Amino acid sequence: MKTQNQRAWWFVTPVLLLVAFNALIPMMTVVNYSVQETFGDNLFFWQGLDWFEQVLTSERFHNALGRQFLFTFLILIIEVPLGIAIALSMPKKGPWVPFCLVTMALPMLIPWNVVGAMWNIFTLPDIGLLGYFMNHTLGLSYDMTQDPFAAWVTIIVMDVWHWTSLVVLLAYAGLVSIPNAYYQAAEIDGASNWAVFRFIQLPKMKTVLTIAILLRFMDSFNIYTEPFVLTGGGPGNSTTLLSIDLVKIALGQFDLGPAAAMSLIYFAITLFVSWLFYTLMTLNDNKN
Amino acid sequence: MRLKSLVPALYILFLMLPIYWLVAMSFKTTNEILAGFSLFPQTWTFENYTEILTDPTWYWGYINSIIYVTMNTVISVMVALPAAYAFSRYSFVGDKQLFFWLLTNRMAPAAVFALPFFQLYSAVGLFDTHLAVALAHCLFNIPLAVWILEGFMSGVPKELDETAYVDGYSFPRFFVTIFLPAIKSGVGVAAFFCFMFSWVEMLLSKTLTAVEAKPIAAVMTRTASSAGYELGLLAAAGTLTIIPGAIVIYFVRNYIAKGFALGRV
Repeated sequence: MKTQNQRAWWFVTPVLLLVAFNALIPMMTVVNYSVQETFGDNLFFWQGLDWFEQVLTSERFHNALGRQFLFTFLILIIEVPLGIAIALSMPKKGPWVPFCLVTMALPMLIPWNVVGAMWNIFTLPDIGLLGYFMNHTLGLSYDMTQDPFAAWVTIIVMDVWHWTSLVVLLAYAGLVSIPNAYYQAAEIDGASNWAVFRFIQLPKMKTVLTIAILLRFMDSFNIYTEPFVLTGGGPGNSTTLLSIDLVKIALGQFDLGPAAAMSLIYFAITLFVSWLFYTLMTLNDNKN
Repeated sequence: MRLKSLVPALYILFLMLPIYWLVAMSFKTTNEILAGFSLFPQTWTFENYTEILTDPTWYWGYINSIIYVTMNTVISVMVALPAAYAFSRYSFVGDKQLFFWLLTNRMAPAAVFALPFFQLYSAVGLFDTHLAVALAHCLFNIPLAVWILEGFMSGVPKELDETAYVDGYSFPRFFVTIFLPAIKSGVGVAAFFCFMFSWVEMLLSKTLTAVEAKPIAAVMTRTASSAGYELGLLAAAGTLTIIPGAIVIYFVRNYIAKGFALGRV
């Protein structure tokens, strides 16, 4: 039971000030831009909600949003089951455990632009390991700078490479916390492997898996650097995800009004979906 | 049983392939790279590494990155400690709302903040300083640190606090000499995560710097765009960015699984 104590606010004040400085002021700037029009020279005119209407009805935004949802959906349905499967087959103790954990975590500690550059070098058609293997050993024609489908496969595989370990490590943390007595009881009852998974392992992993899905959703929905370095959003606009499109509009074309309106809509969507996950998660916490 | 250990082995192989290729490329000469495919470097060269380690624009990129990452880690963990203690021990008006609001900042797309951050930090005169990047990264690292530390602190029984008060400890003395040692693995994990996310982030660090505090990531983009065939150099620079991560991860290897679960196992 927690103690009621209003002075606890003093403890959170430093955090509050620092995060507010970083979050509220920039957010107000964005809101400001989103309702105004400018022709340069710092002259601004009231624009109302026109930019929001323009963004929400533009085909370009719908396409980018569609690609974004497709990307996030695909990586979630690949990474989550794959991560669970790998965690289940990892050793529970012994000298291999730290080795597995360290090597698996390694991709997550590589700067995101290096991840993009690394995959670029890896997939070059004639001199990359993967590119050479696909083109010259298997005889497929694989070039992700030309073929939208190849570009999509590449960014999905890159994300699976980069982030599946997050799911593995979380699921593994859940698995090792299961007391041995549970497994012994299951053995006495003659439970099948599937039953052990369904009624012992999966419920124990529920909390950590919710965190995994929440983190993977947020990060994949906000992804920018890796696909930008790898494909630049191309060929054409085929891999232009939301953040890439937003940066193009804001910093490339300097259309501040539409970019700001798009930012707010973008953030609202992320916030809403994450709130759904968060609510589910705290429901879990309260039940335990 | 044999078949079972094949799954992680194959997965690790898959993870290592692109890394191997990057490292292999970094030891090849430009001529060899352009001449075509070779699985191992034919003529080993350290030229790419020599160039990076002797050219100030290159090696300052690494130093700059390490400076702001360290600053960010220290700031984030220092301010997150009392806040996480408050969230794990007390209930106060608006605590749940505040906790969720902190998390929303972890959800914000960095692309949304790029331009406003540039204007904000230019206005306060911090543009192109290490402090600017360190503070900007607090946006997502403080919520994460609070979240992780709160998870670890909630695992410490409240009786510890109460016994200390009965024994006549003042709060600061209790916090530093009893409570911190009890959650030291949590502090390590939180620091590790702050390090990690500040080290890998690139959009904000690139936007907030020009010359003085330019991170290694930005130096690499310059090479990538100006001379497309300097692949060996790019590969060597990339290889060097993996090393700090590999070192820190080795230190927290025993806590990493629990850390990723944000202390909630």
